[in-house]
Amino acid sequence: MADLSRTVAIVGAAESDEIGRVENKSSLQHHAEAAYNALEDAGLKMSDVDGLLSAGFGTLTLAEYLGIEPTYTDSTAVGGSSFIIHIAHAVAAINAGYCEVALVTHGEAGRSARSRAGGNASEPGPQFEAPYGFIGAPINYAMAARRYMHQYGEDYTRQGMAEVAVATRKWANLNPRAYFKDIPMSFEEYHDSRWIAWPFHLPDCCLVTDAGGAYVVTTAERARDLPKKPVYVLGAAEGHDHGLISTMPDLTRTWGRYSGPKALERAGVTHDDIDLAMIYDSFTYTVLVTLESLGFCGPGEAPEFVANQRTAPGGDFAMNTSGGGLSYTHSGMYGMFLVVEAVKQLRGEAGDRQIDDPKLSLVHGTGGSLSSTGTVVLAVD
Amino acid sequence: MTQAYNKPIPVPQGESDFYWQKAKEHELWLRYCNDTQQAYFYPRDISPYCFSRNTTWVKASGNATLFTYAIVHRAPHPGWYPDGVPFVTAIVELEEGPKMPTNIVMDDPTPEKLQIGMPLKVVFEDITDEITLPKFAPA
Repeated sequence: MADLSRTVAIVGAAESDEIGRVENKSSLQHHAEAAYNALEDAGLKMSDVDGLLSAGFGTLTLAEYLGIEPTYTDSTAVGGSSFIIHIAHAVAAINAGYCEVALVTHGEAGRSARSRAGGNASEPGPQFEAPYGFIGAPINYAMAARRYMHQYGEDYTRQGMAEVAVATRKWANLNPRAYFKDIPMSFEEYHDSRWIAWPFHLPDCCLVTDAGGAYVVTTAERARDLPKKPVYVLGAAEGHDHGLISTMPDLTRTWGRYSGPKALERAGVTHDDIDLAMIYDSFTYTVLVTLESLGFCGPGEAPEFVANQRTAPGGDFAMNTSGGGLSYTHSGMYGMFLVVEAVKQLRGEAGDRQIDDPKLSLVHGTGGSLSSTGTVVLAVD
Repeated sequence: MTQAYNKPIPVPQGESDFYWQKAKEHELWLRYCNDTQQAYFYPRDISPYCFSRNTTWVKASGNATLFTYAIVHRAPHPGWYPDGVPFVTAIVELEEGPKMPTNIVMDDPTPEKLQIGMPLKVVFEDITDEITLPKFAPA
């Protein structure tokens, strides 16, 4: 994608009006509010939009609800990584001429939804995993974390998980929209908390909230005429290596081992150039395994990498500055909010949690049972 | 089964009918790829190793080792609430090579009782008149 680098920019990004615990708003309402806010941020109108990308709802349902007739449509749904991968797909579509202004939306009333879709009984998961209680991400990810502990040491891994949980909470304490804005957490509180699925304590697991988010992408040329500073897409990569956790080739390495280095290569930058890492934190373990898979450190080194609150405010590795899925918001497919935060930070709009003049952000989503990954590198001039 | 079974129940498909029929007979059978000479799980007609149709069924020994696990304290489904927790979800490595998702059958599970690599033996739980789940217990 080297030749597509900087051809497309994110020109607007926003959350839905209220996030957290939002009773009486459907998932679609969160999509629409976020779309409205992102278009307003971009200085564009819904009538400018000719490409629509989303997950959770198919774009058929969504476009009708939003009242648009897209000429390019992409319902790629690979869990929480979808909204990172949509950036890459929008870059391709815009360069191919299929659309010029692409809107990507997310909305999920994860906490308050009145109904949820069931599984398809003919799929392998409902047939071979669910009968044993492999239901929901905490259990599946806990089994992966247990394997990591076996390979690298239980206490060593536990300390790394605690570092991530505590550091991420500190960022949330600086974010007025974070679910845990006013609730600090000490290491003692982390270690004393209840078990969800051993080895996961409650604070090893992401929130379940109601929230929407959206962003707008268009050509770099058009972006320069819009009000906000363009956030250029430098490189992207995606893919997956399994679906079910029981078929994951290596529980201690994700597909980030491909998508991370490939996205950096396409962007023409290296790990050391990154000012802000937005790393999908469905669980504390997700962060550890992802940092290693992306190549920020070697296998088994992540607990050392994050030691001494290195990723907390004031630390030398800025990561998940919104407070993350662990402490800010996590509606179910969290990837959208990684992008929204990266845009805010790169534009210098992150308020009390603003880091010092970031130019480059790596944004990495994970979906399914550590199954799918998408990585993008974003930059401002 | 004094109470109705209310956990998720597998719905066999055409290519897994044999697997579930054998489970009901308290046997564990695996799909086997003749071209790469490897067994695999879960059962499907065409080999996931090389996409060959040259596949067959083999009977598993029922011996396995513990590859990883979680001790589930918060019920993930009404079927485990309130008395079904804690319970153990596990991925076990079968003697024939494949890994499979299952439960470790054990009272009062603790990390101390669950050592990675410990030997296990298949056991069968008849959950309905039609369906039997292969599970594992310490050998």
